Amino acid sequence: MGIPVAKIGIVPCSGEALPAGTVCRLACRQVLDKLRPGQTVAICLPLFIAGGEEERGFAARHPTITVDGCEKRCAAKATEMFSGKPVQALLIPDILAKHSMPMPTRLRSFGAEEEAAVRAVADEIAQAVDTAVAQTRTLENQHGAV
Amino acid sequence: MGETPSKQVVVLACSGIGKTWGALARETALELVERVRPGVAKLICLPLLVINDTEARRSVLEHPVITLDGCPKACARKSVEALGKKVEQPLETIQFYTAHRALKPEGVAQLNEAGLKLAQVAANELGSTVDRLAEGEKI
Repeated sequence: MGIPVAKIGIVPCSGEALPAGTVCRLACRQVLDKLRPGQTVAICLPLFIAGGEEERGFAARHPTITVDGCEKRCAAKATEMFSGKPVQALLIPDILAKHSMPMPTRLRSFGAEEEAAVRAVADEIAQAVDTAVAQTRTLENQHGAV
Repeated sequence: MGETPSKQVVVLACSGIGKTWGALARETALELVERVRPGVAKLICLPLLVINDTEARRSVLEHPVITLDGCPKACARKSVEALGKKVEQPLETIQFYTAHRALKPEGVAQLNEAGLKLAQVAANELGSTVDRLAEGEKI
């Protein structure tokens, strides 16, 4: 019998009007589909308002990682408002600055430079997932699995 | 020289990250604001309404709004209605496919060729809606 895998909620801002919103969306999809499939679940941010208890409940019961494209930090703020404090609140400008990468200027039709930014952000999210999973297992070991 | 439209029209697209129809909403919105009606159709990040951002809320309340939703949960439309405003033109992207069944969208992170074409066609068709709303007409 395998060890149960903690599910981590990924809350992307997906900002439609910002190039960093596109980076956010694509990076989160890479994590969900390729880097940490099975460990992560996407949470649509606007469902906090339009959805029901299901979305809010998941985010309240599971660790969440928010990914924001700008300083308005919609994902982090909304998650905290409606469900609870995220275990990590990532900000794309900070991640790209850390990697000395420029902020993308296109909303779509990404080229090599933007794809590199997507990969850097995806790697950062994956690391945050690993940390959140490790913390969850430690807590479960201390207090017993829920 | 053409006349300057009297108003901007706000476009709000579903932020759906998990479904093809959400990706189609986003692509259609981008086609509309970047290619079909740049300067008139104005894209606003939907998550700004979730956090009740003052500037985004003002834009939505002061301008006609088109919402493009990817599923019946209708996040974009409901986010506007939560502000006490009725959306001038609420749409679900599956409507575009129903009208153009030869263009079946697939993919989430990246739409297939048919999906990209469908977004172009849908945005072209929405151009006249934007014009009418910008001139203050009711739809």
